[in-house]
Amino acid sequence: MTGKTLAEKLIGSHTAKESVSAGEVVIVTVDYTFSHDAAGPLLIQQLNQLKNVPSGVNKNRTVFFIDHAVPSPTKELANDQAIVRNYALDNELILSDAGNGICHQILAEDYLSPGDMMLGTDSHSCTAGGLCAFGTGMGATDIAIAMKLRKTWLRVPESVKMNIQGRLSRGVSGKDLILKTLSILGTDGATYKSLEFDGPGIDELDVYGRLTLTNMAVEAGAKTGLVKSDSRTRQYLKEAGREERWKEIRADAGASYESEYEINASELEPQVALPGSPANVKPISEVKDIKVNEVFIGTCTNTRIEDLRIVAQVFKGKRKARDLKLIVTPPSKKVYLKCMEEGILENLLQAGAMITPPGCGVCYGAVGGIPADNEVIFSTSNRNFPGRTGNPKAQTYLGSPATAAASAITGYITDPRKLI
Amino acid sequence: MVGRAWKFGDNISTDEITPGRYMGLRSNMPELAKHTLEDARKEFPSSVKEGDFVVAGRNFGMGSSREHAPLVIKMCGVKAVLAQSFARIFYRNAINIGLPAIVCDTTKINEGDELELHLSDGSVEDLTGKTKIMFPPMSSTMNAILNEGGLIAYVEKHGDLVLV
Repeated sequence: MTGKTLAEKLIGSHTAKESVSAGEVVIVTVDYTFSHDAAGPLLIQQLNQLKNVPSGVNKNRTVFFIDHAVPSPTKELANDQAIVRNYALDNELILSDAGNGICHQILAEDYLSPGDMMLGTDSHSCTAGGLCAFGTGMGATDIAIAMKLRKTWLRVPESVKMNIQGRLSRGVSGKDLILKTLSILGTDGATYKSLEFDGPGIDELDVYGRLTLTNMAVEAGAKTGLVKSDSRTRQYLKEAGREERWKEIRADAGASYESEYEINASELEPQVALPGSPANVKPISEVKDIKVNEVFIGTCTNTRIEDLRIVAQVFKGKRKARDLKLIVTPPSKKVYLKCMEEGILENLLQAGAMITPPGCGVCYGAVGGIPADNEVIFSTSNRNFPGRTGNPKAQTYLGSPATAAASAITGYITDPRKLI
Repeated sequence: MVGRAWKFGDNISTDEITPGRYMGLRSNMPELAKHTLEDARKEFPSSVKEGDFVVAGRNFGMGSSREHAPLVIKMCGVKAVLAQSFARIFYRNAINIGLPAIVCDTTKINEGDELELHLSDGSVEDLTGKTKIMFPPMSSTMNAILNEGGLIAYVEKHGDLVLV
């Protein structure tokens, strides 16, 4: 038997077969499913149409989140949220209500463990791979079926391997590493594939940085992004109170990859995605004189407590530029509370930040923080497609929390290494 | 049925197909459909006709998992989306709601060309350009899902999720 990739191992363990290989189409059992206020009403409609199948809904592993537009800015969105809230409560499913946090963050904080199979109505479900859980996003209909039958069909993907050498230097983070990856692969370089990160640079990367890597795997078109489960994963689960669910999972030495790339993390400088595409990436030394009107620090990509500690370090008593809007959105109530305990909230408020409730925030233009015409946003999020932040006449640059904080201080896109 | 081609470029995202700023219309699909692809081509939603085709380059539908994206395209009367390649989630969603998503060489199709789709023999005829473009068959399960009109009908028919 040839060696297996992480994707082959994780999918294989959820089939009736002994093992699976890339290219096979298989039925897999699903451990967790979720939906949220952006897709939930459609998913519930589809669930209600399923009459001729037995219900296998797993009440302890089916989660509805209200996170995309919180607090609801319009009556229409309030009505959608009421549909989702009432459905979860009436059917005794898990409800993570408005203010609790972003789906991917809460799943990583409270639910997922290495080896799990998780499907959600959100393209960034691949974030789960930072914990070596197989996560992938699908539409409302697929997830309705997966919720009700506890299974789905998958084509076992080929894998693309990113070998990360060296160690990230100070001021450079997982975000810079994934932006560099996207600059190599483009927005469809890993379509239908599993994007797997390994190497000495990954050994050195904590889970929070790994979750940033896997979060943006879909930006290269990937079905999922995966990182092995090792001692750092174990430490994360220990801190999350579920160390007993840790197990070691690594790709086999003889696993077969469709392609392999190498990045030397120690030589990497902060990276910036220019407007239009998350793969339109340049090293920060080539991004000159870009004036910024709004800085948004938030989202499932990049606001774990470790990220916000770095932001606070960059601000360290400095204020944002006078003519710039600074919006910080903690990803969950837990991280919000930690920020309070550690004095990070005070640091951010003194820097001139608006702090908005846990949720998806400015990321995709359905709630507050929508930019004016011709304004430039620097965002720690994962997408900068035209119109993404709610105004097609604005432009969005993407980068790390450290770069965002540095840029907020100067009012121009700024290398954070100059300020820490 | 013959319809005209609406040409789009590479990497059309779900944010352009159905922008997040209209999220409040997701429970009012006819209204949401009035904004279909407007960020890519402003005149599309008001001028598209029943039976027309969306014809794109690479990686059509990249980004979000919102199933509303293929749904609004279908609600506009679009018969099929033809592209050189699709983003994974969009492709699956399109088939699941019964909208044919055809992977084929779209480079020879011009804006406004009259097209005729022959799903069963795997070809698109460009009546204006007088060319015939062949495309490979879909996987057997996806083909069966599309033939049932979508995944819900397919699962209801079989009483289970099965591979065929």
